[in-house]
Amino acid sequence: MGSFGERVGRRAILKAGIALGIQLSLARESPGQQNGASQRPREGDLLVKVGDATVTPLTPADIPVGVKQTMAWPMDPMDKTVRNGSRLNRVLLLRLDPEKLSPETKSRAADGVLAYTAICTHTGCEVTEWLADEQLLVCPCHESRFEPKDGARVVDGPAPRNLPALPLKLMDGTLVVAKPFTASVAFEVQ
Amino acid sequence: MKSNHKILRSATLAWALTFLFTGAFTMAAQTPAAQTTLAQPSSPVPAVLQNYKRVTAERLRNPEDGDWLMVRRTYNGWGYSPLFQITTGNVERLQPVWVLATGVNNGHEAVPIVNDGVMFVATPGNQVIAIDVRTGTILWRYRKQLPDDVVLLHPTSRGVALYGDKVFFASGNAVLVALDVKTGKEVWSTKVAENQNGYYMSLAPLVAGGKVMVGASGGELGIRGFVAAFDPDTGKELWRVYTVPAPGEPGSETWPKGDQWKTGGGPVWVTGNYDPETNLAFWGTGNGGPWMGDQRPGDNLFVASTLAIDVATGKIKGYHQYNPNESWDWDEVSPPLLIDYKRGDRTIKGLIDVARDGYLWFLERTDGAINFVEGEPYVKQNVFKSVDPQTGRPEVDPEHKPGTGKKIDFCPSHWGGKNWPPVAFSPTTRMLYIPANENLCATITAKEVEYSPGSPFTGATSTLALAPGADHIGEVQAWDVDTGKRVWTHTYAKSPNWGPMLATAGGLVFSGGTNDRKFHAFDASTGQLLWEFPTNSGVIGQPSSFMVDGKQYIAVQSGWGIDSRAMEARLNTLFPGEYPEVPEGGAIWVFAVK
Repeated sequence: MGSFGERVGRRAILKAGIALGIQLSLARESPGQQNGASQRPREGDLLVKVGDATVTPLTPADIPVGVKQTMAWPMDPMDKTVRNGSRLNRVLLLRLDPEKLSPETKSRAADGVLAYTAICTHTGCEVTEWLADEQLLVCPCHESRFEPKDGARVVDGPAPRNLPALPLKLMDGTLVVAKPFTASVAFEVQ
Repeated sequence: MKSNHKILRSATLAWALTFLFTGAFTMAAQTPAAQTTLAQPSSPVPAVLQNYKRVTAERLRNPEDGDWLMVRRTYNGWGYSPLFQITTGNVERLQPVWVLATGVNNGHEAVPIVNDGVMFVATPGNQVIAIDVRTGTILWRYRKQLPDDVVLLHPTSRGVALYGDKVFFASGNAVLVALDVKTGKEVWSTKVAENQNGYYMSLAPLVAGGKVMVGASGGELGIRGFVAAFDPDTGKELWRVYTVPAPGEPGSETWPKGDQWKTGGGPVWVTGNYDPETNLAFWGTGNGGPWMGDQRPGDNLFVASTLAIDVATGKIKGYHQYNPNESWDWDEVSPPLLIDYKRGDRTIKGLIDVARDGYLWFLERTDGAINFVEGEPYVKQNVFKSVDPQTGRPEVDPEHKPGTGKKIDFCPSHWGGKNWPPVAFSPTTRMLYIPANENLCATITAKEVEYSPGSPFTGATSTLALAPGADHIGEVQAWDVDTGKRVWTHTYAKSPNWGPMLATAGGLVFSGGTNDRKFHAFDASTGQLLWEFPTNSGVIGQPSSFMVDGKQYIAVQSGWGIDSRAMEARLNTLFPGEYPEVPEGGAIWVFAVK
């Protein structure tokens, strides 16, 4: 109980600090892990594979072409905080032939690598499945299917909207977040 | 507070002041968000609540004819009202008395529970509304905000439970709460399981033997299912029994030697029935985890089973497993109804289960063991070649059993011949009323899957198909429990059926379930459709009937969503334009004969 309470206390301080506009001094004084780990990905974030204890930033070469998605977390490039404090930060990475991508999707890809939220817009399940023949993303909970070559639009199932994309770019050969999610990561809880 | 002191000691005075100030600030900001009750705190308790009739154990066992105090009204699970003012002769004059928007979308599945003129309705959005039946006035409204990263694959509630002066509600993030019936405010709340590990709740609690019982959903997320009992006064956990045994416990011999039991599934997401004579509660369990049985070789007790659980101790006293080594996503969560039925000259103290596997199972209940009597399909079923006449164990056709690295088709689909919507039984007609989906088959393609807490753990994708020659899907079936024969069938030409059933002593059966937004009334004896009413959305709620000031009412929620919507979407992909989206948005409807 003690340590849990302490953590909550720190979070309270952090939240309060933001509210009072003294975020900078706080960031220096406290570890900030809770906060940074839960923040949505930002421009400049790196990507690391889920479960990779070495937290090695991913490059396009780590993502095989045309196969099942790789699950990843964004990582703060400065303090190396892996943003795994909220499952809403989990992203899926695919590498597809850039010539087969729609113009908008192509503009968000880095060397054919695409990032979308792994959280289905229906009820928030993780989009873990891949139909190899059709090259479609599938949420196994309610079988919503998404077309990754075209903005992850819904092609089947109950999902109400496409998967928000996370635009990527390359910096020194490493995958880097170019812009925040194209839409808020959320799902139906009512 | 102890931990706060620790921080204070290690901080400067300025920091201490910041913390104290902002601690209060944060709390003030969060408390109202966590729980919103719209009634003014200072406003007097409405008269109808001041005079609230306490719900006693005796009233739960023998409810007044005009009340509907629990999900299926009575512990035997019949979904039957003894009221008979509304009849086959006057139902055509049934009209809305009032309607109330719930303010939320998605699947409204909960039953309007009514105690002496006060109605309690749970909705999606983690909401409970108390209403004065006479006027349709909201008495209080409770909302429990869910975290934005909540794991909640089926955001609905199937109802509340009443006991004493409290209302019990299973919050979506696996927290059980007790509300003060007079104010709608939380009396206590207890975390039941870790939501981020895939445990969530959608069922109505069961109050029996002086305890409040719940189970948890999460069969697609590698949970280990359980039923747990809590003290209604304090929320203290009294016992917990897992539906998947740990090594060394009875039934563990049906699991492989590895760790599969830890993620074996067997979720519990529909309220159990109860036999006061034996103090046994009958709970149903869902699919195994992962979906493919060949990744957990063995029968996998007590997955896809009915369990007889001693309410005093939480011990499993008996069971019947419908689908050994479950591999079809056939959750058998709907509990069997307690019905004593005849076979020849013999009357059997029975349990009747309409299973997702497409079979109608006649069983026998005792003070412990559950005995098999007979089983037969009520929809097209190509998986069971036969059923052992002594034990009820099915002989499974390997051609139609999904497996890892295979693509297998089977009927009925993974949604089952009947999904969760409850059946009803009328002691007047001696018939059981089943909301069935005929002619639906599925294909499952499966592979190995790795467990990650809170992530999908099915290892499968599926497609839906219609059986060759099919001309309809949705049905209402009526079966005579004493002959074991089907008496009538009503078919819906262009819709599946997701409608829970209500039977009444007025010779009527009520049910929604169709994509045309209609609520239907049938002649219970003949199946003739006598009345229909198009509501705001599709009706997948459990109807109830009750009496206030000498007048009989029928109530139901309309609000399409969850699996009914998912199935509609997939059918529309198969047959473009034929199964259009059903409008969403919830409402509570109350009908009476004018």
